[in-house]
Amino acid sequence: MSSFRFDSPIPPLLYEISRTGRRAVLLPESDVPETPLPDHLVRSDADELRLPEVSEQDVVRHFTKLSHANMSIDTNFYPLGSCTMKYNPKINEAVAAHPGFAGQHPLGRVSDTQGALAVMYRLQHMLAEISGFSAVSLQPAAGAQGELTGILMIRAYHESNGDTRRTKILVPDSAHGTNPATVTMAGYETVEIPSNSRGTVDLDALRAACGDDVAGLMITNPNTAGLFEEDIVAIVDAVHECGGLVYGDGANFNAILGIVRPGDIGVDVMHFNLHKTFSTPHGGGGPGAGPVGAAPILAPYLPGPVVTRGGTDDGDYRLTMPDRSIGRLKSFHGNFGMLLRAYAYIMMHGADGLRAISENAVLNANYLRVLTERAFPVKFKRTCMHEFISVGSVYDGVSTMDVAKRLLDYGFHAPTVYFPLIVKDALMIEPTESENRETLEAFADALQAVADEAQSNPDLLHDAPHTTPLRRLDEVSAVRNLVLRYQR
Amino acid sequence: MTFRDDVKYQESHEWALKDDDLVIVGVSDYAQDSLGDVVYVELPDVGDVKKKGDSFGVVESVKAASDVYMPVSGEIIEINADLDDNPSNVNDSPFDSGWLIKIKPSDPSELSALMSAQEYKTYTEGLED
Repeated sequence: MSSFRFDSPIPPLLYEISRTGRRAVLLPESDVPETPLPDHLVRSDADELRLPEVSEQDVVRHFTKLSHANMSIDTNFYPLGSCTMKYNPKINEAVAAHPGFAGQHPLGRVSDTQGALAVMYRLQHMLAEISGFSAVSLQPAAGAQGELTGILMIRAYHESNGDTRRTKILVPDSAHGTNPATVTMAGYETVEIPSNSRGTVDLDALRAACGDDVAGLMITNPNTAGLFEEDIVAIVDAVHECGGLVYGDGANFNAILGIVRPGDIGVDVMHFNLHKTFSTPHGGGGPGAGPVGAAPILAPYLPGPVVTRGGTDDGDYRLTMPDRSIGRLKSFHGNFGMLLRAYAYIMMHGADGLRAISENAVLNANYLRVLTERAFPVKFKRTCMHEFISVGSVYDGVSTMDVAKRLLDYGFHAPTVYFPLIVKDALMIEPTESENRETLEAFADALQAVADEAQSNPDLLHDAPHTTPLRRLDEVSAVRNLVLRYQR
Repeated sequence: MTFRDDVKYQESHEWALKDDDLVIVGVSDYAQDSLGDVVYVELPDVGDVKKKGDSFGVVESVKAASDVYMPVSGEIIEINADLDDNPSNVNDSPFDSGWLIKIKPSDPSELSALMSAQEYKTYTEGLED
């Protein structure tokens, strides 16, 4: 049994410790004339909004205890495959909290917000340079919205050419579920492309699916199996030859920074996950940010406004809608605080540093892959990129979920489980570049210990976790009996 | 793992059983075991007409949501409405109380073209590689 222990149980809710009249703030007496709210704005039932009444110390203890009952990247190794749970540098927070940024109003005059616009402009250009695209919009709020943006741009492109026969989008069966969801949201039909035995797109099946009814392809490279799509050039060519466009899902861009530029290999539009690749917080600490980059033929369709330069009385930087923009995707200017953090991260690393990030992400994943494959076999026995897929159900009577839950007792966040769907009982492990060798080795030791327990004492795994504030959760009830807010 | 041998199977893991002039359809024991705890089953409307290979619904588990496909073409005559409240019947009894739909087949020869239990068992063993 590991010595890891969570520090505290789950504290009571603020509602439960609330006492009438207790408060954290004493407002000074008003020094302006009182103006009552109009009657129609006043709640009729005074009891309807019963907020908790607690002291400041109550609040501080409550949230501090909650944080101790949690795992986060700041407390534990977090190899959650596909999520890129890398360290979030604290200098990002310092930059975002700078009063010059934090005090900005999103409706501030262009002449008064030149500094903020300059950061956005530079970030657009840095992302374009890193990815090989001609233009970038910072609007989308997260990865899935970036995907929707890209497919809506592809749709607008075909429609502007009068090409309305195209109703299908090709999606490999290893894709994130957000890909087919995006296709449906954009009014298209998904055609699933199978993977081959090497875990990458079956090129013959893809070519067979190409035709004059195909609007485009959504492809993640490296894919969700952590493998580089080696046929990417032939894949892109096949889609282009049939008149379709290629959407690059940038979810795994962290593995190829400074090495491959998707724009150079013919991808037409792609989103970036700033909250993964560029170290802005996520996993409950978001929000995310999903800027979209486009090749010249799609750049006019980018959502806006984008920041451009040039000559008005208000200053050098201004807000512009691209010529054929699909419109706004988000209020104001995207998740601006995340843009600042990503900007800081890119500036801090520079071009060589970004390449080193990807090299170390790939090195760490391959080191861990080799260290762990005796405990749990790796599905695709080849060099991986930033993550790899193990099979979690190799010991009799022990499931992948049992293994994941038992790892919590060893002080590690569980890997992603049961995804991608092309691998039965997958354990998807992504260490990221920010972990050191000792941590990787400790995790490999824990996986070996769990594998040993799976054979010697499987009930230990069935009943895991043992040391967490809450034990094994009832996932069926959690799905079937939704409780979405506090109920008295 | 049960491979009931009086039903036919297709590659997407549905079973089909001739019942007089109807065909009863469900998902195999292998499928329910792979899916894990089923939390929701979405079924078509009675009267819908679908072709073999068309999706007729969704089985959602704690792990994934999977489409289910028509093993034969025809009209939906009855659906297992009890699964609304008891989706776990798909796990507990995939061949009996976990059945999904009853079809009036438009081409009965499609049924005989499906896999036998032995063929399906061999097929699932191939998937484990």
